Formats: sequence, C-alpha cells, structure tokens
Amino acid sequence: MTRYVRRLAAASALALAAAAPAAAKTFIYCSEASPEGFDPAPYTAGTTFDASAHPIYSRLVEFKKGTTEIEPGLAESWEVSEDGTEITFHLRQGVAWQSNDIFTPSREFNADDVIFSFDRQGNADNPMHGYLPGITYEYFSAMEMGDLIASVEKIDDYTVKFTLTRPEAPFMANLAMPFASIASAEYADTLMEAGNTEDFNNKPIGTGPFSFVAYQKDAVIRYRKNADFYGDAPAIDDLVFAITPDASVRLQKLKAGECHLMPYPAPADIADIQADENLKLDSQPGLNVAYLAYNTTIAPFDNPKVRKALNMAMNKEAIIDAVFQGAGEVAKNPIPPTMWSYNDAIEDDAYDPEAAKAMLEEAGVSDLNMQIWAMPVQRPYMPNARRTAELMQADFAEIGVNVEIVSYEWGEYLKKSTDPSREGAVILGWTGDNGDPDNFLAVLLSCAATGDGGSNRAQWCDDEFSDLITKAKQVSDQAERAKLYEQAQVVFKDQAPWATIAHSTQYVPMRANVEGFVMSPLGDFTFETVDIAE
Amino acid sequence: MLRFLLAKLLYLIPTFIGITIVAFGFVRVLPGDPVLLMAGERGISPERHAELSAQLGYDRPFLVQYADFVAGLFQGDFGTSLVTKKPVFDEFLSLFPATVELAVCAILIATLVGVPVGVIAAIKRGSLFDQISMTGALVGFSMPIFWWGLLLIIFFSGTLGWTPVSGRISLLYYFDNVTGFMLIDSLLSGQEGAFASAVSHLILPSIVLATIPLAVIARQTRSAMLEVMGEDYVRTARAKGLSQRRVVSVHALRNAMIPVITTIGLQVGVLMAGAILTETIFSWPGIGKWMIDSISRRDYPVVQSGLLMIAAIVMIVNLIVDLTYGLINPRIRHK
Repeated sequence: MTRYVRRLAAASALALAAAAPAAAKTFIYCSEASPEGFDPAPYTAGTTFDASAHPIYSRLVEFKKGTTEIEPGLAESWEVSEDGTEITFHLRQGVAWQSNDIFTPSREFNADDVIFSFDRQGNADNPMHGYLPGITYEYFSAMEMGDLIASVEKIDDYTVKFTLTRPEAPFMANLAMPFASIASAEYADTLMEAGNTEDFNNKPIGTGPFSFVAYQKDAVIRYRKNADFYGDAPAIDDLVFAITPDASVRLQKLKAGECHLMPYPAPADIADIQADENLKLDSQPGLNVAYLAYNTTIAPFDNPKVRKALNMAMNKEAIIDAVFQGAGEVAKNPIPPTMWSYNDAIEDDAYDPEAAKAMLEEAGVSDLNMQIWAMPVQRPYMPNARRTAELMQADFAEIGVNVEIVSYEWGEYLKKSTDPSREGAVILGWTGDNGDPDNFLAVLLSCAATGDGGSNRAQWCDDEFSDLITKAKQVSDQAERAKLYEQAQVVFKDQAPWATIAHSTQYVPMRANVEGFVMSPLGDFTFETVDIAE
Repeated sequence: MLRFLLAKLLYLIPTFIGITIVAFGFVRVLPGDPVLLMAGERGISPERHAELSAQLGYDRPFLVQYADFVAGLFQGDFGTSLVTKKPVFDEFLSLFPATVELAVCAILIATLVGVPVGVIAAIKRGSLFDQISMTGALVGFSMPIFWWGLLLIIFFSGTLGWTPVSGRISLLYYFDNVTGFMLIDSLLSGQEGAFASAVSHLILPSIVLATIPLAVIARQTRSAMLEVMGEDYVRTARAKGLSQRRVVSVHALRNAMIPVITTIGLQVGVLMAGAILTETIFSWPGIGKWMIDSISRRDYPVVQSGLLMIAAIVMIVNLIVDLTYGLINPRIRHK
C-alpha cells in the first residue's frame, strides 16, 4: 500500500510540474467551455472569441488593452470624410501571415485580405460565404453591417476605403469586435483549391500574437508564440487552454498549480481565494447591466408614475447583498459606470416604501397584481434571477402590490419576453459588445428594437430619447456624443421604463506569480502580455 | 446457439426503431430551439427566425424531418452539428474512446471489488463485514455523484495532493492520438512518465463512476449467493465433504453468476448516465459531457444521433450479456 501511495505521489508531482516553467514558458488557462470553432465570424460566444479571435487573429483597429478605446491595429491610420460616410484605412506593411502544415503564405497581409474578410460575410456569392453547412454570420447581421457597408474598395495594396450608407459613429468600435477579424484570402484560395475549406475553421491562420497548434475536442487547445507578430512579442512561449467546465474544479486546478489563471469563479469562493497566499484576485466592474423591464404599453405600466413607484419600493442594496453576495453595485443608469458618457449626476430613486405607496395612490392604482419574470439560468450580469424576483416580491408586497413569479425555459423566456402583448415585468440584462453606449441604449431602448423579437423588452418608444440617441450616432465627435447620451439617460430616468438593478463585478483569480494580465472591460481573456515570474 | 443468436438479433430491430423515435422526439419535446438560444438577449425578429429555421430545415413537418433523419442513418449520415458544423459521427469517434476508457476502468473496479465483497458478505451473513459492506453499498447507491466527485477532488487532489484534479493527462505531454485511448497512446508515445500520468488521471474519475455500479453489483452478488447457498445441490456438495472453498467457487458461485452478469450488463446503461456527471466534473472529454453541452444548446442533430449511438452501444452490450448466459448456463440457450 505504501508503495502504491508513493507511486501515486510521484505521478501527481509530475502533474504539478505541468505548471512549472521549464526551458520554454508554458502558460495554462483553465477555460470554462469549448470553443464552437476557430473562425471568429460565424460564432457569438465569448469563449469562442477567447480561443480564436484574440490569440490568433488581428483586426484593422483594436481595443486598447484594458479599455474600450480604439487604437490602430492592422490599420496604422485612417481618415473619415466630412459627412462621415467614407473611411480610408492605411494598412500596416510587413505583417506576416502564420503558417501550418497545409499552408505556407507566399505574401504578407494586404488590402485583398481586408476585402475578403468582409465580403465573405456579407456577400452570399463569395465562394467562402457558405463554406460550412448551415453557417450564418450572426454578429455581422446583428451589427447591421450588411445595411451599413455600401462598399469596401482597394485603393492600392495598402489602402482600403469603406463607404457607408449613413454616418455611423459606433462603426469603428464594430471593427474592433471579434467578428471583424481579418482572415487570409490566400489561405481561403489554397483550401478551396484543395477542396478542404472546413480547415478554415479547424486550422485557423491569422496575424495575431499566437498561432494555433492543435485542438483536442472538449479537452485542450494549444498555441505557440507567433515570433513574427507585428506588435510586442508575447513573453510566454506556449499558451494552453485546459477546458474545465465546473467552477469549483477550476479553482481546485488553480490551487493545485495545474493552471495559472481561470475565469468566472463561483461568488461563494471569492473569500477563499482572497485568503490563499498562492493566489491573487483581480476585479473590475463588468460592462453590463441587469434590469427589470416593465411592459410600458400595458396599463397600468404605461403610466410612468406607476413604474417610478415600483422602482422606489425596490430595495436594491438588499439584492446586491443577498444575490450578488457583494460582487456588484447598484445600477442607476442603463449603462455601466465604466462606459464613457455615463451620467453620474443622475440620482437614483431612493428606496422609500411610504413614498412609493403614496405615488401609487396618486396614480389611482390599488390592489395591483403583477407578474415578475425570472429567467431560469445564471448570466454574467445576474447570478440568481429567481432569488432576485423573490426579494422584489417581498418589497412590492410592502406597498400592497401582489407579485406572481413566473419562469420559462431559457429559449422560450428569451422569445416570450419580446412579445409586445406580454403581461408582467421581465428580469434580464445585457453585456456590452464593443464599449459604445449605442450598443446599450439603441439595442435595448430604441423604438427600432420594440416589437416581436426585438431586444427592447420594455416596448418603450420615447420620441425625445429616440431623437437623442439617433443624433448621437450621426456625429463623430465623442464629447458631443457623450453630451447627447447624458441627456438621454436623464429622459430614461424620468420615464423609468426599467428598474435598473445592478452592474455585476468581474473577478479573475490567478496564481500569485502571474504578471502582466490585463482585465478587459468587455470580458475578454487575452494573454499576449502575461508572464510567469520565476 | 445460432437460432438463439438470430432470435436475439430479431428483437433488436423493433427496439432500434423505437430508439430512433425517442431520440428524435426527445430533443424536440424540450421547449426552446437552437435559433433562439443563438440569438440570446439580443432577440431575433420573427422573419429572421423563420429564415434561419428554414435554412436548418426545422420549418418542415416533424414526419418529414424524421424520415430525413432515418434516411440519413441508412446512408451512414448522422447529421452535422449546428454548433461546430462538423459531422456528428466524426465528433462521436473523437470523443468515444475517452468514455470507453473511463467506463471500462469503472466496470472493472465495480466488478473486481463488488463480486468478492458480495460473496464474502453472503458467506458471512450477519457478520460485521456483512453489515458494514451492505450499509456502504446502500450509501454508495444513493451517492450524489457530483458532490462525491468534488469531495474526492478536494480531499485527494487538494488536501493530500496525491492525484491530479482533472483532465486525462498532464499538459506537459503532447503527442498525437493514435487510438484515442490515453493509456495506449501514452505508451506508444514513448515519453517517460506519460503512462503514469494517464493512470493517475484515471483513478478518481473511475472510482466516482464505479461507485453506483459497485454498490449494485455487491448487493446483487450477495442476494444471489444467499439464494444459491440454500439450494439442495449445495447441501449435497457439503454433505459429500467438499471444502467450503470448493463449495463456494465451483457449485455456488457459478450458478449465482447468472443474475450478477445480468446486473453487470445493465450497469453499462447506468455507466453511460453516470459518465455525463463524472465527465463534467473531471473535465473528461467524452460523450457524456458532449451530450450535456449539446442538449443545453439544443443541437438537435448531435442529441438525436448521439442518443441513438449510445443506445445502440447499450443494446450491443446487452446482447453480448445475453450470449454470455448461454455459455454459462446451457439451459438458457436450449429453451
């Protein structure tokens, strides 16, 4: 028996050695799920982008590390025409494509690759458009790129002109999103010739800081440092994703030294992580919001006074404590405080059941019965919707409002909650895609997003608010845009189509010897700046 | 024997048809659909929803879709995953060896421990060993797998540091998959320590997956042995003056094995169900975890074909078990 134990100990010492840096520095990331594939364009999951767009690919413009500001990427500079509809990009020269066992690039990155990367998504006649069975380009269509881009022209090998159908200030932020990653036109041609186009998704080729080595489904993804990367070369030699779906197991792996960094710890484990001297914990407010959307087209919720009264009856601090376990902050605006144009001058409706009751009476409403919808799943912005709904139920009971809590399977919930004739108020939320306020305010609260299948769950269409956000989309000066969005938030607060609940905090636990990791407000996990201290 | 085999094979046909219906129907009975889940919080307009559903072929009547599914099966086409866009069969093949490796280890542990425990408990009926082992079996049978797995990880990997937390092999080792079975591939790789690493990674998940089958097998062995030990021929054997060892091993055990083998065969289905949780806890890249992911994403083709393939495997194993009876007990094959 002792010998057996000794052998076991030897085996596990080996396993522990996996995390120790040998001659080549290997960084292990315990990711939470498997990527859907490695082509960033057809997919929508953040975990897919962490495995594809961020390590392997680059974009014309990039989000500056740790911010949502735009900085040059594959485009060194750009000019925007006076009317805002023409953008000319000057491309970086000397950027090498990665290679693999089936492809050796004959040329460097140029304008043809930019044109190919957008054409393959928007143009159904592009030979690569339908290269996988049932492929769709969800982000390209969700960001309305098809309607927005009139043309992409090659001026010369290193100059590309985008012509838009209308001025659209958030367009540049869209170009920094994963779906806008630039892929190699030559690689696509090579694969089409060989008749194995699916390798475009299986064996990705990009210009990013790491090149793809191998993926063993549901288990491990391996990358190697791209020595030819145009930016600062990564400090680590090998990057490994160890796919570990359970949060408690991820933490055990981190503690055992089987990985260096993990995403999404369970809220209950935060204190334990803070107490462990082998670990450290980074945190920042997430770019998200959780809200309760009233159906503003149905009486009595069509009366702003009723909505306001309910908002005043809601004890949000209690929700932060009980549901978020402190890992969040009370939301007063529909956009998070880390986003530019956040209007901090706005005062939240104070928690005041007496005043709420009086306001409800003033609105002529008594014996109100209502539904609160609680989604059945945990989301980054909402750890437990059911518990939140129960707290609201108790709060509303104090002012004489009787709440029935309902729930549906997640897919049904998403669909039924968009029904314009829906009864009841819906708990839901949003995580930003590109850091632009338009990505919250227009997606969630514009008139265009009302109706069946739309993302404006309050069915709220306010002329003043609409004018402000439409105007803010058309001017390109950010200070001017910020002013318009600040005003829009005043209108929102006054009209109260939602009760804004919370912005959740994002935590990233890592080994104490990890250096240089920068948290992204967009929730991305990127590793070109990380290093492991000896 | 041939007629026996043919009769058994004939039974498989209606069973198989039944399974195609259940596998196809199961995922469609669940509310929600893949298009809605893909769109998420953003929502999707009814027009776009219809367009995507049509593109995937889910706007057609159920019967047409079912006929399509079955027709595909006859041509060896198990469909394409909605999520990864890869052929379901290829995905199955890449993940199946991991599950088999785990399941074989688990069933070996369950049998090699469960049968002797059951036999000893029966022989020493009412003893302390009997009481402890049967209480243990009851606890094991009722064990919530997820909790049990996590507990073992925290104790053996966390506190003691004896076993790795999860995965199939240390990430230090990197070699091509030849067979998909890590124990074999690690030996073939010739890398020093790879095999030991693969073994150490197998220990906890195998124990967790073996827990319920072990409990069932031990209890079944005990009750079968008790029954046989009361038979006339055992008394006769004893009366002949045979040693206890000979009575048990030659006369009692062989006869008691028939219900035990049935039980072991049935445990294959239990293992497949247990693999879903075990694989999720131990980040084991097998078909259990694959099914869970696919169900939550409503990946219809993967769920329906995956269920079908798993059911087919369980059926084949049960067929083999049926045939084994014939070998152990000639009366069954001549009936």
